[in-house]
Amino acid sequence: MTRTLIALVEDKPGVLARVAGLLRRRAFNIESLTVGRTQEPGISHMTIVVDSDQTSAQKVAQHLNKLINVIGVEDVSDHPIVARNLTLIKVRVNGGSRAEVMQIVETFRGRVVDVGLDSLMIEATGTEDKVEGLVQVLETFGIVEMVRGGRVAMVRGGQP
Amino acid sequence: MRRTGAQIVWEMLAREGVEVVFGMPGGAILDTYHCLQDYNIRHVLVRHEQGAAHAADGYARASGRVGVAIATSGPGATNLVTGIATAMMDSSPIVCITGQTATHLIGSDAFQEADVTGITLPITKHNYLVTDVDDLAGIIHEAFYIARSGRPGPVLIDLPKDVQQAETDFAPPEGEVRLPGYQPTHRLDAEQIRRAAELVNSAERPVILAGHGVLMSGTAHLVRQLAERMEAVVSVTLLGKGAFPHAHPLSLGMMGMHGEACANQAIQEADLLLALGMRFDDRVTGTTERYAPNARKVHVDADAAELNKIVPTDVAILGDLRDVLGELLALVQPAGRGQWLEQVGVWRRQGRARDVLAGPQNGHLLAPRVIDSLREETQGDAIVVADVGQHQMWTALYYELDCPNALITSGGLGTMGFALPAAIGAQIAQPGKEVWAIAGDGGFQMTLQELGTLIQEGLPVKIALINNSYLGMVRQWQEMFYDGRYESTYLVNPDFVRLAEAYGIPARRVRDPGDVSAAIASARREPGPALIEFEVAREGEEGNVYPIVPPGAALHQMILRPEPRVRLAGTLEA
Repeated sequence: MTRTLIALVEDKPGVLARVAGLLRRRAFNIESLTVGRTQEPGISHMTIVVDSDQTSAQKVAQHLNKLINVIGVEDVSDHPIVARNLTLIKVRVNGGSRAEVMQIVETFRGRVVDVGLDSLMIEATGTEDKVEGLVQVLETFGIVEMVRGGRVAMVRGGQP
Repeated sequence: MRRTGAQIVWEMLAREGVEVVFGMPGGAILDTYHCLQDYNIRHVLVRHEQGAAHAADGYARASGRVGVAIATSGPGATNLVTGIATAMMDSSPIVCITGQTATHLIGSDAFQEADVTGITLPITKHNYLVTDVDDLAGIIHEAFYIARSGRPGPVLIDLPKDVQQAETDFAPPEGEVRLPGYQPTHRLDAEQIRRAAELVNSAERPVILAGHGVLMSGTAHLVRQLAERMEAVVSVTLLGKGAFPHAHPLSLGMMGMHGEACANQAIQEADLLLALGMRFDDRVTGTTERYAPNARKVHVDADAAELNKIVPTDVAILGDLRDVLGELLALVQPAGRGQWLEQVGVWRRQGRARDVLAGPQNGHLLAPRVIDSLREETQGDAIVVADVGQHQMWTALYYELDCPNALITSGGLGTMGFALPAAIGAQIAQPGKEVWAIAGDGGFQMTLQELGTLIQEGLPVKIALINNSYLGMVRQWQEMFYDGRYESTYLVNPDFVRLAEAYGIPARRVRDPGDVSAAIASARREPGPALIEFEVAREGEEGNVYPIVPPGAALHQMILRPEPRVRLAGTLEA
């Protein structure tokens, strides 16, 4: 089972190491961890996906909260959230399959971002399920290279 | 004011009220040491940096102020690590300042370079690598605030050589520290307090568990008021010793693996545990699956991460004990719980009858009797700094305390070698008090080089060396739980008396129980330090700590001291 934690942290050197180190020390397996800037200068947003049950996730959230550079952390798994994933996929194509691949990408609302002689690079965003669906279909054409980004998440509604 | 980084270090320490630092110079911290003479701060030169960290820790625990250790880069800093981890586990406020390679060399594997902020990340409350001299004053101010506030702990500041040398306009930081991610005080949840009071008022068999937090918050008197009002019995953790007067009729003594039998029995039979400023360490609970199975649990702590961490609670209260106990006292009804106290009284009498002090004298020197004599001679009024192992448990059991902050020991990390350097720190914090370091022959040899510090500083620390020629606690486990196969626990020791004398420290050896009191009295008369080596019983019943809860067992499954064998017609009954 995975849980999604959102942490707001100070944008200072070493903060990522502190967070990752704490998760390691408490024996948590990190499925994904993304960090990025927020609308406020000096504050970064982390989306952390851990392989854990609810009780352990809450415990680790409390421990993360103790880090001086962590401003706040919450287990949002049971909140209404929007969670998205960005994936880049390079697919092998030839004259015959190029149009078909492009049509599939269109159906999944992905975008072709680079065209080569015998390959296409595709950008897919969405929930992990949706991206996974696209990946499975594209596998039949031959995936040359793929990189999946981590989950980014935000709670729905007017509150930050 | 133009100041160098090195000058700012001392300016800021002085402003934080620091009077003494413990340390050792080296290449990367030389610039800072170079200006020490210009400031009115005492420097205690240790013989190994581990000693500096433990001494700062002992100083902090004995004074309630922040202790300071200082060391050079690389090996100087890594030698601090054991002391920092010790302080972290026992919530002791220390600030460590380490030299570091110049900023342009960091990451290049320069001479005596180590990634000290990386190494100490999980064992500090917070740490800093200073890269700009303009940040230094603010960082030191923050470091002291973080170390002493909330749940206290160690903070490390890594200070590159060029930052120590750099000059800047020094403006001391004013006002309170504000950190967006750090909130050491908490607003009390009135609903939780009301629920806790309800559980307390309806309990029939309540036990109060008093931990280190009671001592750190200075609330021993409130715990006593509460216990007396609700007629609850009180047990203390190792680091909570002194949080409740041992002589009080409601006192159970220490709980846990080597706790008093009556304390463990009461906990297992209780219908309510009121845990105050303690964290349910595994040495306290035994197996958690069968820990206090019939008890509702109310847990009060200043650290949110401790609540529901080990033992699921019925009511968890986050806050400072001073506030919580104040609120709780207003809601708790006076009650008589005579039946419960009677039952506890029976357990207590059974425990006393089994106690080694009640057993026959057979001419063998037993460590518990040594500790008991020490308490008698000092009238329980010394600061006792215990190392780690069997003698530590005997000290906890037999150096009975009626007042707070008189026992200093490494509880959480269990650091052998802690006692001597920590006693040095404690003696400096409390120059008017009698300070005893109690150590085993194993732990003593881990930091005995600090005898040099003792004489250089002219400190009157007394040392009781409990020598059984073994790593005693490990040997006891091998005897009891590892088929009696002694592996690597026997120690060939030096002549400790001549060793102490080589340092100019008066010393004597005691083998006969009849000589114990006189030896202690004579050591106490020494104006300076003194060492007594007690050659105590080595193994078996006489060499083991009782009671002992076997690893993995529940508290009530403790192994008690075997019934004393009765002397009949001048022979020992088999």
